[in-house]
Amino acid sequence: MFAVEEVSTGSGSDYSNSWISWFLSSKGNEYFCEVEEDYILDRFNLTGLNTEVQHYAQALDMITDNLDEEIQDDLRGNLDLQARLLYGLIHARWIVTARGLAKMLEKYKRADFGRCPRVLCQSQPLLPVGLTDVPYEKSVKLYCGRCEDIYSPKSSRHGSIDGAYFGTSFPHLLFLVYPNLIPPKSGPVEIGGAGRSGDVDSSRRSRRVREEQDAQAEGVGEGMSTASVALKADRYRPRIFGFQVNEIAKLQRWQEAVRDRQISRLEELEENA
Amino acid sequence: MSRRNDYNTLPTGEQSLQDDEVISATGEGDEEMEDAVEQEEGYSSSTPTSTLTWISWFCSLPGHEYFCEVAEEFIEDDFNLTGLNVMVPFWKEAMEMVLDMEPDEDTSKIPDVSIVEASAELLYGLCHQRFILTRAGLQAMVDKYEAGVFGSCPRVYCNGCNVVPCGRSDLPGMDTVKLFCPNCNDIYTPPSSRFQGVDGAFFGTTFAHLFFQSYRELAPAPFWNPASPSSTSPRSSASSSSNQPAFVNPNPYGGQKRAAGKVYVSKIYGFRVSERAKSGPRMLWMRLRPVNADELDLVDWRGRWIDDDDHYDDDEEPIDEDRPMEDFDPDAQDDDDEEEEEEEEEANDSMVKGRSVSNSFHDPALRSPTPTNPPDSPASTAPPQTPRDDAAAKCAVVSPPPSGGKLRVVRQWIPRGASARAQVC
Repeated sequence: MFAVEEVSTGSGSDYSNSWISWFLSSKGNEYFCEVEEDYILDRFNLTGLNTEVQHYAQALDMITDNLDEEIQDDLRGNLDLQARLLYGLIHARWIVTARGLAKMLEKYKRADFGRCPRVLCQSQPLLPVGLTDVPYEKSVKLYCGRCEDIYSPKSSRHGSIDGAYFGTSFPHLLFLVYPNLIPPKSGPVEIGGAGRSGDVDSSRRSRRVREEQDAQAEGVGEGMSTASVALKADRYRPRIFGFQVNEIAKLQRWQEAVRDRQISRLEELEENA
Repeated sequence: MSRRNDYNTLPTGEQSLQDDEVISATGEGDEEMEDAVEQEEGYSSSTPTSTLTWISWFCSLPGHEYFCEVAEEFIEDDFNLTGLNVMVPFWKEAMEMVLDMEPDEDTSKIPDVSIVEASAELLYGLCHQRFILTRAGLQAMVDKYEAGVFGSCPRVYCNGCNVVPCGRSDLPGMDTVKLFCPNCNDIYTPPSSRFQGVDGAFFGTTFAHLFFQSYRELAPAPFWNPASPSSTSPRSSASSSSNQPAFVNPNPYGGQKRAAGKVYVSKIYGFRVSERAKSGPRMLWMRLRPVNADELDLVDWRGRWIDDDDHYDDDEEPIDEDRPMEDFDPDAQDDDDEEEEEEEEEANDSMVKGRSVSNSFHDPALRSPTPTNPPDSPASTAPPQTPRDDAAAKCAVVSPPPSGGKLRVVRQWIPRGASARAQVC
């Protein structure tokens, strides 16, 4: 008996070095990135989480692989749940730090979060976002930087992830911190084009070519204005036998008039600045 | 296509025949159909085991859920097929296959039955495109729509509005089937890859919109009032009409369903991202709806505001006189063609420039984004919770750090005219 148990627990710790890497590798958790251990061990970063999570101390021990083997049997199931909750909540804080953003950026460039289902977004990679920062309220959604709208994940195993594990701010903070990654409103997706790998590529080309490319194909360049980017956005025009549908066309004209008003407002701001 | 399994037993030359077919199919249009559903089914079409017709067999294939069954009488009527015979190779054989007729004796000239398969599928698809525009076809599709066969919109704030299949071209071979959402008036890629093999032309560009013109009670209205609770499903609104007045669109030819009008607004730590930020919202307009139907009339057919910016038109008039042709060319405003778009952009640029001069007279608040409240502002003391205030007058700004490092939180006023009309929450 003992031998069997030892083998099973032994193998349990064998196939993964740590709880975190086990968690990240299990199916359905593809959206999560690895939170650095230093971040978790700094208690300041966990302020307030002890009220959100039951058995906080044990859950934290579980995440950091310091859990005593003896006590786990009776509340193992619940503790596992709480450990996931705790990790999720830490994750929400982590991904809005500089290093967390960088890690999520890598995943974004690999399109780990899927691509925009909107046809005219041309498979723009998505970013996870929550609709609330409170756990157990809303599942995770996916934000498209091109159409600036949110979509439900395709797969149900992602549709059941808590949105609070990513938070409401993350994708917007990402584009605030990396304005050169703001996707262009039209044209094909150049994944990671403006990032590191893209820079390596383009640094081989002449400066002029690179600048041109920054201005056009790739995301919004560092010094570029985004005031009128919306004009480039493609729209779907419903047609019946080639003719636009009256009411929809009217709505779309109204929407574009709203757009034009915003653009003139922004350009005026820029002129005055 | 997916029945190629049946012909796997062909000893030799199968691969080359398949290649031939791929080539011919690119001409006809659906090479993508080759791989998608390949390994699924083992039916054999040449020997219909029971009463199963070719048509119902075809519609039951995985990936063909969007198709409805075209009435055989429709296909048998030559008038309905006008012009299709030039698009479909092996016309006669394909017809025989689709209609389950005994083939003639002289079919020996057909090298492989799988070629006829592809032709039959193309023929059926093109018939389908026409059939679903008829009364019977629309009826068949509305049954599928209400059963949720086509799925729902992936956009979160469309609240799971059901979608209909839609093509981007009426010619086969251009693009795969897409899904049109009547709530956001946008098209989406089907969530499952098994639809990647279905040609969009088999549904056509017209169907989706004719569908919602024919069943207006299924089409969401183009306006939305956040004050009245928007219902999540058409049925619940119908049943709970006792406590809220029945929804009516004053336009009898427009959508008669209450729209799901919420629009996503990006926030950082609870603060709306300012449009002044480089990463600020640029696409809200695309999902916005006016509060009531009348506001749609504030924009003229060229997409310009009619009344509220009187200086707006004055400045533009000379520009328009220089380019009189634009007035006669509705495409300059509406076409989604690239070149047209650029033209439009130029026009907009110039008109914006003309505008900004006069605008600065009108909105002094714009030039001084200081926390001083304009005394006449109606929303100066209102709590930020109310959606109207949130959108119209008050907004806390997270502006991008000019040099990096710090977040500057600014409170600013934006001119009332700007978004007062647009309800965001």
